Amino acid sequence: MKKITEVKGKGIYVEGDDIDTDRIIPARYLKVLDFSTLGNYVFQDVRFDQNGKQTTHPFNNKKYQGASILVVNKNFGCGSSREHAPVALIGWGIKAVIGESFAEIFAGNCIANGIPVVVAPHDDITNIMKFIQDDPVSEIKIDLIGNKVEYGDFSFDIHQQDGHKKSLVEGTWDTMGEMLDHKNETEKIRNALPYIKGFS
Amino acid sequence: MSTLLDKVWNLHKVATLKSGVDQLFIGLHLIHEVTSPQAFSMIKERGQTVMFPENTVATVDHIVPTKDQKRPLQDNLAEEMMKALETNTKLNNIKFYGMGSGRQGIVHVIGPELGLTQPGMTIACGDSHTSTHGAFGALALGIGTSQIRDVLATGCLAMKKPKLRRINVTGTLKNGVYAKDVILKIIHDLGVKGGIGYAYEYAGSVFDNFSMEERMTVCNMSIEGGARMGYVNPDETTYNYLKGKEFAPKTFNEAIAFWNSVRSEKNARYDHEVTIKGEDIEPMVTWGINPGQSVGVNEIIPEKVPKEDEYTFNEALKHMKFNKGEKIEGKKINVAFIGSCTNSRISDLREAAKIIEGRTVSKDVRALVVPGSEKVKKQAEQEGLHEIFSNAGFEWRGAGCSMCLAMNPDKLVGDEICASSSNRNFIGRQGSATGRTLLMSPAMVAIAACEGKIVDVRDFI
Repeated sequence: MKKITEVKGKGIYVEGDDIDTDRIIPARYLKVLDFSTLGNYVFQDVRFDQNGKQTTHPFNNKKYQGASILVVNKNFGCGSSREHAPVALIGWGIKAVIGESFAEIFAGNCIANGIPVVVAPHDDITNIMKFIQDDPVSEIKIDLIGNKVEYGDFSFDIHQQDGHKKSLVEGTWDTMGEMLDHKNETEKIRNALPYIKGFS
Repeated sequence: MSTLLDKVWNLHKVATLKSGVDQLFIGLHLIHEVTSPQAFSMIKERGQTVMFPENTVATVDHIVPTKDQKRPLQDNLAEEMMKALETNTKLNNIKFYGMGSGRQGIVHVIGPELGLTQPGMTIACGDSHTSTHGAFGALALGIGTSQIRDVLATGCLAMKKPKLRRINVTGTLKNGVYAKDVILKIIHDLGVKGGIGYAYEYAGSVFDNFSMEERMTVCNMSIEGGARMGYVNPDETTYNYLKGKEFAPKTFNEAIAFWNSVRSEKNARYDHEVTIKGEDIEPMVTWGINPGQSVGVNEIIPEKVPKEDEYTFNEALKHMKFNKGEKIEGKKINVAFIGSCTNSRISDLREAAKIIEGRTVSKDVRALVVPGSEKVKKQAEQEGLHEIFSNAGFEWRGAGCSMCLAMNPDKLVGDEICASSSNRNFIGRQGSATGRTLLMSPAMVAIAACEGKIVDVRDFI
């Protein structure tokens, strides 16, 4: 599996706390059997008004097209467990997310798709958002090994969950294969469970 | 001294993975039509099969139309999803409860009512409200599609063990205050991010006295407080509920011995503990765009919030078209929805029917009742509840998720305001980008439907 040690790219930001996965991808777009088209509908309900006219949402803004690093505030991705949310962001072009905090299921779904979710304090987030607004073409670099984000003449420290960091930088974020290797142990644990054994 | 979380986690722990997180065996995997098709494709692509089909159960709920259930479904996309689940479950020997089976319904309603959900289990489902099953003293987790792939192929999940917070609700609840108000109050006090990194253990006399269905309502919305799972220790109430259920253990006494053994011990240690007085809880109503933005029905929408919450506060007021400092009581509603995995069980319908009996739905309100399962629907009809609802002007529908998330024909139109017994008031959640949702108990929805506005249910009982 690919090792992900750094992500570089242009930035885009979406301001606000508690941005839920219904907002990232509204439920009516989940009626699909595969994930390939979801990028078209990312933030759909806040990108278009009732008459179908584009709003000022950053994902509509020309200056942010081609961006791959998304900066957000607190509790991003709360609500529904739909993996369609990170997949829609990826479909649009996002390769990593920097935020003040993330909802857990969303963060796990990002990691399962090889998308780093890294955490930084409010002031650092506010500063980098301002930087992106003023200078959307400059490159931002997330250094997962060094726990750092660098942009322009600035940098700040980031926090990553140990398990998340390890699985990305060592390339073990796809957990299926490793867990399959433990088939015998799994069966042993399973067969010892009273409710599997019929409580006998 | 260990907690239920410690004991059940250890019983199911298979290994520590290279990344440092645990490999946890999942004893019951529930699946539905929306989040599973991609997972089935993924395991097929990798040449894997379902490792433990006998631990897997499927139903359809999200896309199910609650009015016209004739096949093929009118919505082609919904029909395709339905067919995909039918095919996937058939090919993989997975038990499937489809429409008309007598056992179909919202996955978090049917698991408990069939006796599939039991204490001491690990349960996973590709739906964040899986926390519901924690009411039985199970560790129940909402998961994404890659994790569904993992559970299908390996029977396991890669998971970091969460910290544990005990939430005590002491004393008793006032008349007209329900389980829904308890969880809305908990989320109000601890915030929608308060539970990140935690599992919640609910305890105290209010929980001791709660029925299983009331415990389910609270556990269901743990995720709205940021906690991926929430549970109540199993007790006599749990065992009495399970007794005689279709999939309850046949050797029931032996099962009880195991279930008792997983309870948290008396002097167990918690990472954090909070206490809320039952007497302090009022009938709650949300006024904003997340389930933490709520007030007691007699209170006003806040005048101001801490600086760090201002952005979301203003965003909420703008979307809801409400003003700061306004009363929530008296707000006119357009739609009333009783249903969802939070509040669509028989006791919810009984409470709502009690309020509605002898009243009629306001002429300005469109009102619907959507039972959580075919079994709930049948039971309600045997009790004559459907007639109480229909006579009052409520539409009586078939089982499904319905207007909680509007992946089916039940939707808000434009900026309608909906009094809803569901779990999320997110922007666009009920099917219209400008739609507005006020969350409350089924009894509060019932009386709002009749009065055409938000009122205090205590003035009517």
